[in-house]
Amino acid sequence: MTFELGDRVRVADRAHEGHHRTPGYVKGKSGRVERVFGSFTNPETRAYGGDGLPEQVLYQVCFDQEELWPSTRRHARDATCVDIFEHWLEAE
Amino acid sequence: MSDHDHDHDHPHDPITADGDPPAAARARALEGLLVEKGVVEREDVRRNIDRLVSRSPADGARLVARAWVDPDFKQRLLADAREAALEAGLDPGPSPVVVAVENTETVHHMVVCTLCSCYPRALLGPPPDWYKSLPYRSRAVSDPHGVLAEFGVELDDDVELRVLDSTADVRYLVVPRRPAGSEELSEPELAELVTRDSMIGVAQPVAPARA
Repeated sequence: MTFELGDRVRVADRAHEGHHRTPGYVKGKSGRVERVFGSFTNPETRAYGGDGLPEQVLYQVCFDQEELWPSTRRHARDATCVDIFEHWLEAE
Repeated sequence: MSDHDHDHDHPHDPITADGDPPAAARARALEGLLVEKGVVEREDVRRNIDRLVSRSPADGARLVARAWVDPDFKQRLLADAREAALEAGLDPGPSPVVVAVENTETVHHMVVCTLCSCYPRALLGPPPDWYKSLPYRSRAVSDPHGVLAEFGVELDDDVELRVLDSTADVRYLVVPRRPAGSEELSEPELAELVTRDSMIGVAQPVAPARA
């Protein structure tokens, strides 16, 4: 499964024991794919001396600020964009 | 060399900075162990530290100033900042992807690494301490307008604020807006206006007052 620019995605809302690069504040949140960076080794296994394979596609996913922090001061189209590996993303 | 005679028995303090934080002691202990086990050479550690501290915001500022005066270069910088840095004779560093984003009248970018301290060190040098602090890392995403206000930046209501959280292999460089009143300046003079903070996206360059 590979996502394309503009696709709506949701970040998996799951716990993960150990090192991972998916910040808690976007877990379970819905966003859209704005960049596709290519494939990189997986930091979750590399952090423990593994080879990080198979590589995972890395995306820039942008979330409306209203989705993440509904009560914060914001402008209408504000967004936070986070780089997220494919195995954390679900089609929406 | 000094005439200080070391054949004596008074104690010497260890060579550390005042108030060395526990993290520094931990780093020294780790380095010692890694060297002892043959994982790294002490000389490699020194060389890498030297390379890191040899970089400065002046490197990134060169790219920004060139982008301001050369629209074609700006397009190449925004398309692939790694390649553009190489073209300008700069080492973009080990990150496989370096992305430059442009601040305009309608969109303002600011960069954070909420998980640690990812930063385009090859182009900007070591990050400032506040960039690594927990308050910046948390509030840059939960209250970015509040953070910008503390840095003295107030965005117009119709400007879209985009916070970039560099959580993985990508490093982000902000190309700030060229300030009004800088039309007559040369490329090197423009580069001097480009501050580190403006390339993180928490400040805007200002043209010098006319003499």
